[in-house]
Order: sequence, then C-alpha cells, then structure tokens
Amino acid sequence: MSEERDPREKDGTERAPAHKRGAALRPTAPIVPPANVSGRALIIVIAIMAFLSCLTAGAVTMVRSTASAWQSQISRELTVQLKPVEGLEMDAALEEIRTAALAVPGVATASIVDRAATERLLSPWLGDDFDIDALPVPRLVILTVDEDNPPDDEALRASIAAAVPQAALDDHRAWTDRLVAMARTMSLLGLGILGLIMAATAMTVIFATRGAMAGNRHIIEVLHFVGAETGFIARQFQKRFLLIGLQGAAAGGAAASFVFLSLAAWQAMTRATPLNDQATALFGRFLLPWSGYVWIVIVIAVIATMTTLTSRMTVIRAVREIDKLRADPSLIDFN
Amino acid sequence: MIHFENVGLRYGMGPEVLRDLTFDIPKESFQFLTGPSGAGKTTLMRLLFMSLQPTRGLIRTFGRDISTIGREELPLLRRRIGIVFQDFRLLEHLTTYENVALPLRVRGKEEASYRSDVIELLKWVGLGERVNVLPPVLSGGEKQRVAIARALIDRPELLLADEPTGNVDPPMARRILSLLVQLNKLGTAVVIATHDLTLMDRFEARRMILADGRLEII
Repeated sequence: MSEERDPREKDGTERAPAHKRGAALRPTAPIVPPANVSGRALIIVIAIMAFLSCLTAGAVTMVRSTASAWQSQISRELTVQLKPVEGLEMDAALEEIRTAALAVPGVATASIVDRAATERLLSPWLGDDFDIDALPVPRLVILTVDEDNPPDDEALRASIAAAVPQAALDDHRAWTDRLVAMARTMSLLGLGILGLIMAATAMTVIFATRGAMAGNRHIIEVLHFVGAETGFIARQFQKRFLLIGLQGAAAGGAAASFVFLSLAAWQAMTRATPLNDQATALFGRFLLPWSGYVWIVIVIAVIATMTTLTSRMTVIRAVREIDKLRADPSLIDFN
Repeated sequence: MIHFENVGLRYGMGPEVLRDLTFDIPKESFQFLTGPSGAGKTTLMRLLFMSLQPTRGLIRTFGRDISTIGREELPLLRRRIGIVFQDFRLLEHLTTYENVALPLRVRGKEEASYRSDVIELLKWVGLGERVNVLPPVLSGGEKQRVAIARALIDRPELLLADEPTGNVDPPMARRILSLLVQLNKLGTAVVIATHDLTLMDRFEARRMILADGRLEII
C-alpha cells in the first residue's frame, strides 16, 4: 500500500482511483462477523451463568474447607473429666492425670482448667458470686494431640485410669461424628447444587450459542457453496465463539472472585463487631481457599469449551442438513 | 464434462418437476437455459451444481457419478464450478474485494498471493473503484457483477449463472453478457439460466428450453 500522494493532486486535478494507487484495502475482515446483537447477548448470558456457577463452586469449596477445619479443631482436643469424690484430693489428682497423659506418646500438651477458669465457665449459668467448693463441680484437664501421630485411645485411657480411677476420658467422638456427618451432608448438598447450576449453565450456554448461530446460517451456506470444507467452516465459527465464551465466562468468573474478595475484606475490616461475629458464626470465614480459584478457572474453561464445541456441532449439523436435502430432495416441500 | 441421462426429480410427494432429461454440457461450451417461470430452471441449475441429487436417472460430473460422491469430496469438486445465485448471496459484512476473494480464502491461499488477481478481476467487471464498498451500498447490477467475479476468481471449468441479468437494466445486462462471453472465450463452459429473450437474441448459442419438466435443445 503506497502512502505517496498522486503528483496530479498538486495541480488540483482528480486523484487516481484507489486501485491504481495500490488499493488501500482495509485489513481483511474475519469471515464470521466479530460483533452483532446476538453475539453480545450471548456474552451477557454466558457471563451471568458463569458468575452463578463460579459463586456456587467457590461457596462449595469454602463450606468444605470450613467443615474440614471444624472437624480438625474438634478432633485435635480430648478432655479428661474428674468428678469430686469423697476423700479425693482434687488438685493432686488433676496433676497426676496431667502427668499420666503427658507420658503417653502422641499427647502434645495437657493443661488443667484451674478453679478461676472453671468459675468463669460456669458463671453464665450460676452467676458471678457462687461458691465452687459448695457444689460438686467436675474439673477438667484438656489434652491436645499431635495430629501427625495421634495417641492410642486405649493406652491413654488405661494410663489415666491407672493414675486416677475416677477420671473419665472424653474423646468427643459422638460430637465429632455428628459434625463429620453434617460436614459431609453440606458438602454433598453443595456439590448437588453445583451440579444443578452447571447443568443449567450448560443448557443455557448451548441454547444461547445455537440461537446466536442461527443468524449465521447464510454464512455457512455461502461458504459451503464456494467450496469450503466443513472443517474450515467449523474453525471459523469456533474461533469466534471461543472468544465469545472466554469473554463472557472470564467476566462472570472475575465478578464472582470480586465478590469473595470483597466479603473477605469486609470481614477483615469489621472484625469483632456483632454483625461480623454473627456472619462468621453462620457462614464461617469468607476467605476462599486457592482451590476455590482453581475451580473458578475450571468453570471458565468448561464454559468456553462448551460454547466452542456447540458452535462446531451447529456448523456440522447445518452442513449435514444441506447435504441431506441434496441427497433426498423429497424432504424439500417447495419448488 | 457433465452428462445427464434420463434424469427425473420430484420435491416431496409432488409430481416430477423434471422428467427424462438427457443432455451433455461439453467443455468450453456456451448455452442458455430458458423456459417459463416455474419450469424448473433453478432446480436444473441446482442439479448441475450438485446441491441436489436426482430422484432417478444418472448424472456424471467431471466423469464422476454424483450419487457416489462422498460428503468430504463434494466441496473439492464444487471448486471446479463457479455459481452466480439469483439472489447473489454476498456476505454483507465483507467488502466487494473480500467477497470476491472468499473462494480463494476458503482454499487456504495467502492474501498476498491473490490480492492483485482479485483487484484485476474487479477492474475487469467494472468495479475497480468499489473494492472497499459493502454490499448494502451496491446497486443491483454491481452486486450481480460482484457475484460473477466471485464465481470466476478461481478460474472454474464451468460457470452457472441463474438469471444473471434479472435485476439490471438493459445496458448492464448487455455488459454482463459480454463479460460471460469473454469468459467463455477464455475456456470456461457457461450455462446461463434466463427467461430474457432479448438477451438470448444478442448471442448465438445453444438454447436448452425447459417446458413442463421436459427439455428441448435447439
């Protein structure tokens, strides 16, 4: 393309036509038009469905991670309970229990809940000025276990019983089992909801892509009749719809990530406020683990792939329909 | 080049619209296909272009029985035929230049290799100054010539033109006919479907007349 001006212009005479000057052609346009109304609508539909899917995927990851943290916290601790018995020297017995527990491999720490702490524990129910010695209040020793090398339950029980026969070891098994069951139920429920959302996303993306493709049927026909092979036509549409799918899904994924980051930031900024405490008690920490972001990327990739494959399948089906009419004119109802 | 033998075709459960057609399209030949409206000219053009298969009879195109040609092979065979549709079928988002270059693009050719050929052809059909114009801006005659240029760009062995002068005034019709005659002199066989008697009187050529689904050749 020559940028030189025609010398005749200096004389005020007419410029040579474009093709004689080397035809200033625009850059070759893509065979599938880059933007039209249906394409933009498809991007919006994909963005909305990707947002919902990523939000669900992130929430499920968060719930699983929170439930797993609860379970780990509960099972990390054991409690030894010692009820007051006539003639038992309470403080000495607690010390014996502590020593016996620490002697068992796998017990990391053992701490006696002292009188003051016991009073604080009971004060919400019994008031601030009750006399702990007047009541048969049991005393506690809290053990923490080495998670990598947990103690043998039976050996620990035997060691404590040998030291103080009146002591009872509570391994929180019933509580832990319930919590594990609840965590599993929540995870399964979340996965079920994620499955439904993904199925709805798949259907919506597929139908919206087919709708957007319907407006391009004439392009498929023209390409077919000027000798384009099906693979070539499919590639033109795939490229366009991959871009549409990526744009929509990335926008939805980014919006979902922004929601999680905003919630985490809000939780960090409003720590120790009643609203925050309530939200934290109900939903746990809003911090999305890294696996949550991996899921968001996976959802984006899946949606973009679905859009691409749907456009490819639609092209192949359109060409087959044209060929079917060719092979069997009795299917055509007009002259 | 193309051979029809006892070809018949019906749509749906209707009567046969084409009956017992037997003829040849020889290499480098020129013929008009004519007949009253609804006589089946467009259907016959579609048979010639292999976008329809007959319900009976035999069609051999470039020596091949078209009923045995597979789906993958069809585009390659069609590349040897240029077609001008009655409704042009130009892509409205592509310029004149891009529409004409489309058949070369789908064959995977680099733009640099065909750019000057496309511009030369557009000059030949009188559209040298309309290379960057989009179809909605073109007149009927200009669209017709873009469609002809697109059909010719890859030097087909056979050109099929369905009512190529149907939407243009008489001077433009004469110009288009002259283009097609020149093309024929360069070695391309030409079939023009038309019901324009004036146009046919302007050039001495074989006439294939369709009436009541039957063909008469003069």
